[in-house]
Amino acid sequence: MTHSVENAMAMMTRTTRWSHWETLFWLASLALLPLFPNKALLFSQIAIMGLFALSLDLILGYAGIVSLGHAAFFGVGAYVAGLMAKHGWGDPTLGLLAAASGAALIGFVTSFLLLRGSDLTRLMVTLGIALMLFEAANRFASITGGADGLQGMMVKPVLGLFSFDLFGKTAYLYSLTILFLLLILARRIVYSPFGLSLRAVKANSLRAGAIGISSATRLVAIYTISAAYAGVAGALSAQTTQLVSLDVLDFHRSADVMLVLVIGGVGWLYGGIIGAIIFSLMQDWLAGITPQYWEFWIGLVLVVLVLVGHGRLQSYARMLIHAITHKGRVAHPDQRGTS
Amino acid sequence: MTELLELHQLSAGYGEARVLSGVSFTLSDGQSLALLGRNGTGKTTLINTLIGLTTHQGGTIHLNGRDITRLPAEQRAHSGIGWVPQERNIFRSLTVEENMTAISRPGPWTLERVYKLFPRLEERRSNLGNQLSGGEQQMLAIGRALVLNPRLVLLDEPTEGLAPIIVDEVLRALRSIAREEGLSMIIVEQKAQKILSFTDHAIILDRGQIVHQSDSVSLRKDTHSLDLHLGAVGKNPAS
Repeated sequence: MTHSVENAMAMMTRTTRWSHWETLFWLASLALLPLFPNKALLFSQIAIMGLFALSLDLILGYAGIVSLGHAAFFGVGAYVAGLMAKHGWGDPTLGLLAAASGAALIGFVTSFLLLRGSDLTRLMVTLGIALMLFEAANRFASITGGADGLQGMMVKPVLGLFSFDLFGKTAYLYSLTILFLLLILARRIVYSPFGLSLRAVKANSLRAGAIGISSATRLVAIYTISAAYAGVAGALSAQTTQLVSLDVLDFHRSADVMLVLVIGGVGWLYGGIIGAIIFSLMQDWLAGITPQYWEFWIGLVLVVLVLVGHGRLQSYARMLIHAITHKGRVAHPDQRGTS
Repeated sequence: MTELLELHQLSAGYGEARVLSGVSFTLSDGQSLALLGRNGTGKTTLINTLIGLTTHQGGTIHLNGRDITRLPAEQRAHSGIGWVPQERNIFRSLTVEENMTAISRPGPWTLERVYKLFPRLEERRSNLGNQLSGGEQQMLAIGRALVLNPRLVLLDEPTEGLAPIIVDEVLRALRSIAREEGLSMIIVEQKAQKILSFTDHAIILDRGQIVHQSDSVSLRKDTHSLDLHLGAVGKNPAS
């Protein structure tokens, strides 16, 4: 093994080390189930949304690819897993693998359309692909169920042991486990030399090319990986709800995941998860208070976040916490992400 | 000795504007070249043309016998050209180590070797690019070019804007790379005497054309040519 490879591996080990708050975060996620057993279904949806937002963050936060059509891969994953379950291949793990492969294939093929052009071009191309897939799913209703959705899914127990229950306990633990495993993999990816070079491409692709970083191959690779992640999120949604309809490919899903990521913070691995928690809890809470106008408040939060900025809000939060814990002394805000 | 780089009647510029006209020279493997000239004579444009960042308007570039004239920048880098840009262009959000690891390729130049060449970088290995001084950024830019393990390194004014003590350290490293490691280099520099002591050949550009070409030892002694083409900038203030 060359020194370069050893260096790279040593660095990966260093930067993927867990912090205390992360351990607490995952323990708290597990503790939610016994504490709030009647909210398990909501928690599983949060975990799935968090994974979906993480997949978007891989391309937006680490490679600078903006997308308004990420639901395309979520939908492909959902339909692949759903169709497999309908036709007797209901093993969840197999469904996840097939969904990841299907979405990755679509991601790989379409990634070449994103190599040229500006952010606006990419927005339009991704949006266009999602619209095309939506209409294709609608057109081939004999396969997809069209507007009525896919009927007759039979999802088997996870690992042959844990059946999906009405309260969503298995769904939550299953989704949380997959989210956890894929987050670990994402850490490996973003802190590997490949991930570091992605950030260099994001900073300036022309300059990166001139010093030896091939942006095209890296963008194709991360877009394909991101599509696979989104496909897994779609498959989880299909398996845990046993429902797949055209909604999985709808534009609002692409817009929602962008919203979730912006709320949680772009460019750090927990941004999508935190965003999913805030978004889903706000949605749950606001929909209870004002069922017709809850989107108004979500929109207001988004406007405030974008105008004030994440960094500044985090600094205020740190200063507040520090002031409370140290009786008025002001903390110096850390300028770097913590993922 | 085989020719590593061959330029034949190369013309290039930016869009329609022509900066270089009919530039031809060769550089053998393991040799180094001082690229000299006053401000605005086309030195940086020549480096940018070798990298692939300008508009090609005529002529050819061969690297190790392969025609790279039409290759995009990233493929030229993979063909064996390392670049240390004038602005250094460090990735500010990456650490020193990450800046190098991101582009490191297998070969004799490893991070350890770069740290031996620039011990200061090892001390700052966990610092972000935007936390480095100008000199440290320059060392990092050179180290980053080396870990690509290129056949040829292009350095665009590597001592510009640096404190004298840092200039000495950078020049010591470049001398070591050229003389002890035998890595081919083209160094752009306004102050000729700084680099003529350790380069093999020298070229002086004026208005995008080569106006003087010789070995470095000869040019160092040729005060007439230095005065004629470089004026005061060619003289070593200390000499």
